[in-house]
Amino acid sequence: MEISVSGSGRDLTLRLQGELDHHGARGLIGRAEQEIDAGLPLRLVLDFSGVTFMDSSGIAVVMRCRQRMRELGGGVVIRGVSQQPRRVFEASGITRLIAVE
Amino acid sequence: MKRIENYVKIEFLSRSSNESFARVAAAGFAVQMDPTLDELGDIKTAVSEAVTNAIVHAYPDSLGKIMLRLRLMEGNVLELTIRDWGRGIEDVEQARQPLFTTGGAERSGMGFTIMESFMDKLSVKSVPGRGTTVTMRKRIAARVAAGR
Repeated sequence: MEISVSGSGRDLTLRLQGELDHHGARGLIGRAEQEIDAGLPLRLVLDFSGVTFMDSSGIAVVMRCRQRMRELGGGVVIRGVSQQPRRVFEASGITRLIAVE
Repeated sequence: MKRIENYVKIEFLSRSSNESFARVAAAGFAVQMDPTLDELGDIKTAVSEAVTNAIVHAYPDSLGKIMLRLRLMEGNVLELTIRDWGRGIEDVEQARQPLFTTGGAERSGMGFTIMESFMDKLSVKSVPGRGTTVTMRKRIAARVAAGR
């Protein structure tokens, strides 16, 4: 699983690429938290346009990012979600907590 | 008892790199049932959840055997069985609750919820110290060629 980072100041975008399963997500939460703590953004954009598969491992990543952003007084937006991950987001109920654009 | 029209049985080691292999194998078997892309995605997701549970929870400190059995039953029903011979689950009802996890910050506790949501039936049998068997069934709706 690859992460690329862009944005500065208020917005931080993390673009995820690859398969977001338990295998692919290993270390991902730590890396995302490092980027949040380094950039201290007001809004974290998780760009899922490069995610080709996601299971509940992705839910754990998003929930952890949300928690860290709330501690900093900010929020999370999820963008570029294709159909398969979208169904997982919907089944988990996370769409009630986080904007999935 | 539904007639079994086809099956495959695959055994693999509980390495996390086998998660993608298991779901691709299940999707490959299911293709003969002419599923929609959404149905294929649901099958892959459910298999990924069950196999990840076996890798993370059945064999937390070791590598062990996982069996994936795929059966095509009469009436275009796909049956997926994921079995391990690991630690087992003390309280299956509790494990099936949304957000319950013993897996730490990297697990969401949503695995069984997603399996239930994407499959028609889910059964979990477990004996502590002996292992766990997860069986899921999903009927793939027949579609006419002109309607696709």
